[in-house]
Amino acid sequence: MTWNLDTIFISIALGALMVVVGGRVARNATDGVPGGFQNFVESILEFVQTQVKDSFPGHNPLIAPLALTIFVWVWLMNFMDLIPVDLLPLIGSWLGLPYLKVVPTTDLNTTLAMALVVFGLTLFYNIKVKGLGGYLKMFLFHPFGKFAMPANIVMTAIEEVAKPLSLGLRLFGNMFAGELVFLLIALLGGAAALGAGLLIWFPLQVVLDLAWLLFHILVITLQAFIFMVLTIVYLGMAHTTDH
Amino acid sequence: MNITVTLFAQMLAFGLLIWFVNKVMWGPLSGLMEARQKRIADGLAAAEKGKHEQELAEKRATELLKEAKDQAQEIVAQGQKRASEIVEEAKDTARAESERIIAAANAELEREVNQAKEALRTQVAAIAVAGAEKILKREIDAKAHEDLLNDLAARI
Repeated sequence: MTWNLDTIFISIALGALMVVVGGRVARNATDGVPGGFQNFVESILEFVQTQVKDSFPGHNPLIAPLALTIFVWVWLMNFMDLIPVDLLPLIGSWLGLPYLKVVPTTDLNTTLAMALVVFGLTLFYNIKVKGLGGYLKMFLFHPFGKFAMPANIVMTAIEEVAKPLSLGLRLFGNMFAGELVFLLIALLGGAAALGAGLLIWFPLQVVLDLAWLLFHILVITLQAFIFMVLTIVYLGMAHTTDH
Repeated sequence: MNITVTLFAQMLAFGLLIWFVNKVMWGPLSGLMEARQKRIADGLAAAEKGKHEQELAEKRATELLKEAKDQAQEIVAQGQKRASEIVEEAKDTARAESERIIAAANAELEREVNQAKEALRTQVAAIAVAGAEKILKREIDAKAHEDLLNDLAARI
């Protein structure tokens, strides 16, 4: 029973931030001409709505808020990556925390939890739309037709299980690797903390850090977007009856 | 890096967050956006309708203008006709009047001429009598020769 309290606390804090800010915007919103921040929030909403409309067949009122939650929450958690790696742990150490993992998406628990929730939803809608029989039939007959039943079962099972796994591991891997690179770049200056080498290593660290930061802005957005789109696509596949 | 009970905590948090986002953010905001879309669509439709109505009104105005022009032309033509009629009438009247005046003048003239002739006649008779008196150096009975004198005066 290990509780990764840092992960839980930061992710919930970011989720709360999202809900509070979004709720305030929604409360003060008008259906007339929207002001600055409302406009921004609405453009995100519209972006998500477009994605859902493009890749989701049929209508399900849960999909759009789910996609919005994933996109914004994952983006916010990924964004913690852009805060200088040692800053929050340092502040934590002043408060008496010996160890602090800042980016919740570098914790496999977070990404797999989200992937599993999505997996649960796909299972639920698969059974709801196709019926339990229909869903099981997909396992029996799906890739190769009815003459290769055992192979079909194995193939479809792998396919179904690979969806949440790849979903969770992709986000985790990208974020973890990104954080690791930030740590390595941060170590550059630290390794030469004493001595004349600092003159070379310190500017190099600044330049590398900046480059990786700029690149990472793209990565965190892209990963949040991929997670969202794949969720929509998986759920859309669950909603189509004939496969 | 191990999978721990955190996984379940995160799953719960994720589920709750979806619910919250739907309730607090997505629901109201998407409702608002739909309302705005509807309002914009309504506004565009109204604008289209207004444009159409304006076109109709313009068409009607052109028709009215044309009608009015036609009427005005008719009225002007009528007026011109009436004016020429009046002028003709006036000319006729004037002609009649002038004829009447000329006739009256002629009558007057004739009357005066006759009067003058009459006067002349009497005077000539008197002169003739006086002349004859002088020529004959004797008294002629005017009464005895009145018929003769009258005949003479009538010949003048």
